[in-house]
Amino acid sequence: MRILIKGGRVIDPANSLDGVLDILVDSGVVAKVAKNIRPNGFQVIDAADQIVIPGLVDMHVHLREPGREDKETITSGTMAALKGGVTSMAAMPNTCPCIDSPEQVVLLRKIIAQSASANVYITAAITKGRSGLALTDIEGLKEQGVIALSDDGSSVDSEELMRAALQRSKKAGIVVICHCEDKTLSRNGSVNLGIVSTRLGLKGISKESEYLRVARDIDLAQEIDAPIHITHVSCQESVTRIAEAKKKGIKVTADTAPHYFTLSQEALQGFDTNMKMNPPLRTKSDVAAIRQGLRDGTIDTIASDHAPHTENEKEIEFERAEFGVIGLETELAVGITELVHTGILGWQELVAKLTCNPARILGIAKGTLSVGADADIAVVSPDKEWVVEKHGFLSRSKNSCFLNRTLKGYVVCTICGGKIAYRH
Amino acid sequence: MAETIPWTKKDLLGLEDLQKEEIVLILDTADSFKEVSSREIKKVPALRGRTVVNLFYEPSTRTRVSFEVAAKRLSADVINIASETSSVRKGETLIDTGTNIEALKVDIIVVRHNYSGAAAMLAGHLKASVVNAGDGWHEHPTQALLDIFTLREKLGRIEGLRVSIVGDIAHSRVARSNIWGLLKLGAKVTVCAPPMLIPAAIEETGVRVTHSIDEALCDADAVNVLRMQFERDEEDAFPRQLEYFKNFGITKERLANAKKGIIVMHPGPINRGVEMSSEVADGAHSVILEQVTNGIAVRMAVLFLVAQGNENIKDANTD
Repeated sequence: MRILIKGGRVIDPANSLDGVLDILVDSGVVAKVAKNIRPNGFQVIDAADQIVIPGLVDMHVHLREPGREDKETITSGTMAALKGGVTSMAAMPNTCPCIDSPEQVVLLRKIIAQSASANVYITAAITKGRSGLALTDIEGLKEQGVIALSDDGSSVDSEELMRAALQRSKKAGIVVICHCEDKTLSRNGSVNLGIVSTRLGLKGISKESEYLRVARDIDLAQEIDAPIHITHVSCQESVTRIAEAKKKGIKVTADTAPHYFTLSQEALQGFDTNMKMNPPLRTKSDVAAIRQGLRDGTIDTIASDHAPHTENEKEIEFERAEFGVIGLETELAVGITELVHTGILGWQELVAKLTCNPARILGIAKGTLSVGADADIAVVSPDKEWVVEKHGFLSRSKNSCFLNRTLKGYVVCTICGGKIAYRH
Repeated sequence: MAETIPWTKKDLLGLEDLQKEEIVLILDTADSFKEVSSREIKKVPALRGRTVVNLFYEPSTRTRVSFEVAAKRLSADVINIASETSSVRKGETLIDTGTNIEALKVDIIVVRHNYSGAAAMLAGHLKASVVNAGDGWHEHPTQALLDIFTLREKLGRIEGLRVSIVGDIAHSRVARSNIWGLLKLGAKVTVCAPPMLIPAAIEETGVRVTHSIDEALCDADAVNVLRMQFERDEEDAFPRQLEYFKNFGITKERLANAKKGIIVMHPGPINRGVEMSSEVADGAHSVILEQVTNGIAVRMAVLFLVAQGNENIKDANTD
């Protein structure tokens, strides 16, 4: 099938490309990017006034399969992804069972092959059962195609074990994604420690619980000269430490999630469990610092931390409710609304943080519209306003922190592997 | 005279959400109900034919009994549900429990819960009125209202008073509700506790923080002494009882340096010899038993007003 995407503003940061161009897709790859390609019997997508970008690469999602198919499945999660313009994602290993052995990876790959409608990459656990007690077979996992390691949900508390993990991951050529949290400091907390935790009468999660662990992981990365990626950065102090490390040439990269550059702890007033995530929403000045970190390049990528939960797990007492929010279907629109339309990032910068940057960190050949690249493409109506509604989600779960919010920027068509995979 | 406004809410969840005028309305309504309890026949028909459910997920005697007496003096029918005897033990969610109680055509649910935000969650899912009788560390509005009612009765005003709250501020819903209510009515509030028991950023609410009991007492018109819940010290934040009494206990000697007419309050139950000496608890400054009496009038006012508020909402919806 040949598809011609005609007359859109093509933005491809990997090639520093920004201009009104046509894209010809043939046999699953980008065949040609040029002005005025003649529609020679191709299927034509009229992209006039639209933005055409590489399909998004989301390096932090929870697809819940195997084990918690009531929250999400590979099928529903990848459909949700396509609706949000995401064509590639790295699935976190905290499923039931945990993805912590080559055998589990083989089983998961089978499920993905059967039911994924977008590209799903596998992040495996650093430690067996994410228990923080013994390392997984890192080399064996890499052989089975795992692209990153993470105990996401927990940090590896033992420095000795983390050091060993980084030594082996460096040798295997695989990046470690660090969930930075010292649980001795954050234990039982459910919102940011400060005036909001005090007003609501909830136990707080201090910023120290995050940035002290960021600092430790940076120190270990420096010592071993291994690459690490800090995920879901939420506070100013973490941004500062990552910026300093980058200045020293330490191999550290970082992502944040849309809620951390959009919402502050004030959103918790009223005990809305859809505002409960880990790390928690921080202060307004942290939101400003995250925005600045995105602007100056300290934060390389935006990832959704898509964390589906059922209504039963959210419509309960605040402290008992699960942490996490869904984000695959809103991340691009929130990025456009909060970062581009506000002038914090240019289109090139936003798109880079959603495409080629995460692809580079994960070492996957995605996130670009280079000729010959896999034809993963999103066509976006940049100014179209829409309201985030519960019934509009393709995800099995509806726990969005952006419900009822008006966003600007809408995915009208997503092409994945050269096929039209989603069309509004 | 403060401007009077009508009560429009179906619930009472906390004092943080209330305007000054709404708090004054509750206090004024309580004033008019107080006399009922001194009659020979202690009953008015204000809530005749209405049903009040006390839904208590935490052990409580005084608050539950106070609400029960208040509801009965308004001629309401009262049902008590304690968590030990309910289907909570069978894993039913709070919302399901609430909707099931509502299906019994209940008018008001008074809820006490160990989780912060529980009353608000229940209120959001029900058409019945919800009165928060204490949720986690969050709020205990009727306790603060009766404290403020007692103060106003004793000193004639709230505006400009200096009130110190002493004790475990961090884990106290009574402290939070008192802070909101007192600040809204124009009092100056000081909180006093060991550093571990002062919650984060509390000064942003507008209160003064001190770790010195003498500083808290020196210019105070009233001191509200919180119960130290030693049985619940999960974080190892509490000093030993004797040490606490030595550093923060209210004694006759300490009161000798305070304002002459200083009022001593306590939400009960008292740990004698820990938060205050027996001499103080039973002494001339203490209004502790009057607080208990006033609790009836304040809760009568709250039950009456939320029932009325809900009635108005229903009327508006049928128009």
